[in-house]
Amino acid sequence: MSALSALIRRDIRIALRVGGGALIGVFFFLTVVVLMPFAIGPDLALLARLGPAILWLGALLASLLTLDRLFTADHDDGSLDLITMSRTPLELSCAAKALAHWLAAGLPLVIATPILGLLLNLDARATAAIALTLLAGTPALTFIGMIGAALAVTLHRGGLLLAVLVLPLSIPVLIFGVAASEAAITEPMSFGAPFSILCALSLFGLIVGPFAAAASLRHGLD
Amino acid sequence: MTLIDLANPTRFLALTARLLPWLVAATAILLAVGLYQSAMAPDDYQQGATVKIMFIHVPNAWLSMFVWGVMSIAALGTLVWRHPLADVAAKAAAPLGAAFTFLALVTGSLWGRPMWGTYWEWDARLTSVLILFLMYLGLIALWRSVEDPSRAARAAAVLTLVGAINLPIIKFSVDWWNTLHQPASVMRMGGSTLDRAFLIPLLVMAVAFSLLFLTLHLAAMRNEILRRRVRTMEMIHVAQAGQRAG
Repeated sequence: MSALSALIRRDIRIALRVGGGALIGVFFFLTVVVLMPFAIGPDLALLARLGPAILWLGALLASLLTLDRLFTADHDDGSLDLITMSRTPLELSCAAKALAHWLAAGLPLVIATPILGLLLNLDARATAAIALTLLAGTPALTFIGMIGAALAVTLHRGGLLLAVLVLPLSIPVLIFGVAASEAAITEPMSFGAPFSILCALSLFGLIVGPFAAAASLRHGLD
Repeated sequence: MTLIDLANPTRFLALTARLLPWLVAATAILLAVGLYQSAMAPDDYQQGATVKIMFIHVPNAWLSMFVWGVMSIAALGTLVWRHPLADVAAKAAAPLGAAFTFLALVTGSLWGRPMWGTYWEWDARLTSVLILFLMYLGLIALWRSVEDPSRAARAAAVLTLVGAINLPIIKFSVDWWNTLHQPASVMRMGGSTLDRAFLIPLLVMAVAFSLLFLTLHLAAMRNEILRRRVRTMEMIHVAQAGQRAG
């Protein structure tokens, strides 16, 4: 247990220190959200209507960008081999790394949402709903994305391949995240149903992700 | 002869060399019969002659999912049972599956234009098949990006198994979501709702396409085995040249 908490603490510390995953992901999120009105036009009503979609797409792309870092940094300096060979089960180590990654890179995205909501003319209720769905959905993105990160770990420029592999798997999370946000904004539809499915997807990713990632690492690193 | 007897590549090559001409002949005959029956099938009262696109569209769609299923079994063969030819089977099947999915999408799109008035619609069935196509392309990209075939095989096996979750989503998408695509009329509880005049040619074409896949798959597996032998021989040649020089 202490090994896992040490792993989590180490990963968070590295992510927060070296020009690391944490802040750059938020900056990318900000950049993408700022880019959208340039493409869509300054029509505030339209931006408010597209708000959930823009924020979710930005969060998805930002977490995709930081996922690259999940295993490659450790693979380059050899610590991934040590983690693989240690006594803690590799599945738990992968889960711990993903948890640390979510705390360092995913949670800041959720915290940045209210500020970005202002840019998109979203009211408080909409912003709160989107932040809540991101809170429930970003773990899914991290854990499912971990599968792609593990598959692409041994490739030097595997970033694009990682995106191609992870994006089809993240589509359900995107669909239900946006559906839940829109349901909270427009009254008649229920928020609970898509939100529950979003939480279910996160829990599903929590289980499948570490197993698939551990299998990929085990088979890919020898 | 059990499956493990086929694990020897030389024996596999010998067996498929004997088997392939028969398979090619059987495929050609069944395709001819199926196409003839499709042409002879009556016009639909509503759709007219365009209903006959179904005889090509539906088998392609069935096969696109079936091939991913075959690749999933091959993936289990690689990861769990360590069958030596499982990764060859998986690698050979991926482009074929992608081709069948692409044909299903294109024929469906051409069928949709006269029927629904649009080439494309973002409904559940079309979207999930498009995602299947993207996953095929991602899988092929993964195969090509790792140099060593056995390491590529294991990575691709994991991705195949993870992607298999998409198959039940595609199959049941027309039931779960209120969609434009027609719901299941052949493989459903309570039997098929298709008239026999359409069902027979459809099933014949399905079997013909399955035989086509089997033929192409075995031929592709033979090519992959030979390709790996060439690669090994090249590596040995280079190593020996290096030894003589150094």
